[in-house]
Amino acid sequence: MMVTNCATTRADIGMHVVRTVGRASLGALALCGALVAPLAAQQPGVRVGLTYDARAGKPGVLVLPVSGTAGDSIRAIVARDLDHGDRVTVLPPSATLGAPRAGAPLNYALAARLGAAGIVQATLRGTALEIVLHDVAQARVLERTTVTLPATPLAPAWRRAVHVASDQLEEWITGVRGIAASRIAYALAGRIWIIDSDGANATAVTGTGALSPSWHPLGEQIAYAELEATGSAIRVTDVRGGTRTIVEPRGLNISPAFTPDGTGIAYAHGEDVGTDLWLAPAGGGRGARIALGRGSDNTSPTFSPDGRRIAFTSGRAGYPDVYLADADGTNIDVLAPRGAGSGSYRASPDWSPDGRAVAFQSRIDGRFQVMTATLRDRDVQRITAEGANEDPSWAPDARHLVVSSTRSGARQLWVIDTQTGRARQLTRAAGGRLPAWSPRLGR
Amino acid sequence: MRRSIFLGAVVGAVALGACRRNQPVPPVGAVAPVVDTAAQRLAREAAARDSAARAQAARDAAARGAATPTVDGVAAAAAEARRILTAPVFFAFDASELSDEARQLLDGKLAVLQRHPTVTLRIAGHTDARGATEYNLALGLRRASATRKYLVDRGIAATRLAVVSFGAERPLASGESEDAWAQNRRGEFEITAGDASLGRTR
Repeated sequence: MMVTNCATTRADIGMHVVRTVGRASLGALALCGALVAPLAAQQPGVRVGLTYDARAGKPGVLVLPVSGTAGDSIRAIVARDLDHGDRVTVLPPSATLGAPRAGAPLNYALAARLGAAGIVQATLRGTALEIVLHDVAQARVLERTTVTLPATPLAPAWRRAVHVASDQLEEWITGVRGIAASRIAYALAGRIWIIDSDGANATAVTGTGALSPSWHPLGEQIAYAELEATGSAIRVTDVRGGTRTIVEPRGLNISPAFTPDGTGIAYAHGEDVGTDLWLAPAGGGRGARIALGRGSDNTSPTFSPDGRRIAFTSGRAGYPDVYLADADGTNIDVLAPRGAGSGSYRASPDWSPDGRAVAFQSRIDGRFQVMTATLRDRDVQRITAEGANEDPSWAPDARHLVVSSTRSGARQLWVIDTQTGRARQLTRAAGGRLPAWSPRLGR
Repeated sequence: MRRSIFLGAVVGAVALGACRRNQPVPPVGAVAPVVDTAAQRLAREAAARDSAARAQAARDAAARGAATPTVDGVAAAAAEARRILTAPVFFAFDASELSDEARQLLDGKLAVLQRHPTVTLRIAGHTDARGATEYNLALGLRRASATRKYLVDRGIAATRLAVVSFGAERPLASGESEDAWAQNRRGEFEITAGDASLGRTR
C-alpha cells in the first residue's frame, strides 16, 4: 500500500527526494516510509533539518549503542563516518544514555545536556537495519529509514551498506550527503589498489607497471596507464574484474581522465616532438589530439564537471604550470598568476566536483605542497604544510582532498579537510600515491 | 689503439667538464674541497674501468704478439663497443638539454653505430623523483628524444633508435640527496639488435 503511494508522491516532492530515488541499496518500501511521513506536513522542496544553531559550530550527535550481531561494529562505523565527514561533532558514548529499551522514550533532556542536537538510533532486525534520527530540541523523530544489509557481517559489501546509512544520516543532519560510501583508487608498489573511504578493504585491481588511476563517473571502472618495456598503454579495468586496452603501448601514453559523461578518456600522448593531450573513445577506437602543445610537455588532464573545460600541467612557458583550456584545447590560460607563495613548479591539477576550484601541487622551499585555486577569482589557498604533499584528488563532497604525503616519515595517503585543515591517515603501507577519489557509490 | 686514445680523451674531458661545472676553481695554494658529485664519481669510475680494460688489452696483445685480432681481442673489442654504447648520459634538473659531457659520450656512440650498422638501440629517459610523477614521464621522454635527435642529426637512421620513458619510476640510486638525484636524471641505452656484430671489424 505504501509502495503505491510512494510512486505518485516521489514525483512531486522536489530535489531532496529525487536524489534518493533509484538507489538500489535503500529498499524502496523503506524509502517511502521515511520520506512520505515528514514531507506530508511540509511544502514540497522545503527541507526540514535538524534543529541547531549553526553559529555555535557543528551540531553534536550521539550515536546510541546497537544490539545484535556486529551491532558494535555498526555503531563504530557510523560514528567514525560521521566524524570523518567533518560536519558534525560525534559525542563520546554516554553511560547514562545507553541502549534504549524497546518502546521506551529517549531521554531528550539528558541528550541536550550532553550537547547533542541529534541522536542516531540504529536497530538490527535480521539483515534489516533501521536508522532513526532524533531531533533533540524538538524531542521527536526527524527521519527514519531501513537499509538491507548483506548477509555476511563485516564483509566489504556489508561495510559499504553501513556507509550508505551513514551518508543518509549525514544528509539528514546537515543537508549535505556524506562521502563514506566511496572508495579511493591509488598506485602502490606498481599496482592500482582500491580502498574504502575509511581505510578498510584495500584490494589490488591491476598487475604491475600501473599508474594514474581515474574513475569512470559511475564508479565501476578505472582507467590507468601501464608502463611497459617499449612504451605505455592506457587501459580500463572493471572493479568486478576484466580489463581492456584503450590505447596500445606505442610511445608514451599516460595520465588518463574520463570525461564527466563517461564516453571519452583524455590522456597525454608523447612523441619525439613533445607530449600533448589526446581524447579517445572510452569504448575503444582512434584517439584525436585536443591541445596543441607545439613541442612542449602537456600532461594530467582533468575535466570541469560540465565537461566543457580542462585543466592540465604544461611546460609551455619553460617550466611546469597548471593551465585551463576549453575541452577542444582552445582558449588556453594559466590557472593562477605566479606570486608570493605560489611556487616555482605547479602540476597535477584536479577539478573539484562542484566546479568551483582546482587543486594542484606547487613546489615551495624545495617540496611540493597542495594548493587550491578558485575558478571565479583565482584565489590561491595553501592546504598543506607538513612534509611533502602531492597528487591531490577531490572527494565527491568537493570539500575533502586525498593527497600523498610524507608527513608520517613514509609516503602514505592522507585525507585533508580543506575547510578546517584536519588530516587523517588513510593508508598504512608505505608508498601510496596518485590517489583518485571515486564518485559516491552504492546509491 | 687510436680508439683507446680517443676514449681516454673523452673520459678525461668528462671528468674535467664535471669539475668545471660543479665546483669553482680553488685559489692557488688552497686545499681543494672534497666534493664528490655524482658526475665526478661516475666519470672517475668510468676512467678506472677504461684504464683497466686498456691495460688488460695491452697485456693480452703483448703476450700474444698478435697483429691480427685474436678471440680474446675480439671479445675485448666487443665489450669495449658495448660499454661505449650503453654508457648513460646525465641531465640537469627539469632539463633535457645535452651537456658537453653528454655530447662527448654520444659522439663515442655515434662512431660505434657508424662502424656497426646493424646495431639498434632503445634509449630510456629517466628523471629524479623531485618533479610531479606524470610530468616526469613526459620529461623522461623529452630527454630520450633529445638524445635520439643528436644521433639522428649526425646521420644515424631514425629507425635504429627507439625511445621510451620511465620518468622517476626506475631510479638508479635511492635516497633524497643531490647525489642520488643527479644519478637518476639520465638516459640509458639498451642494445636491441646487432650485438653479435660488435666484435667484428669492418
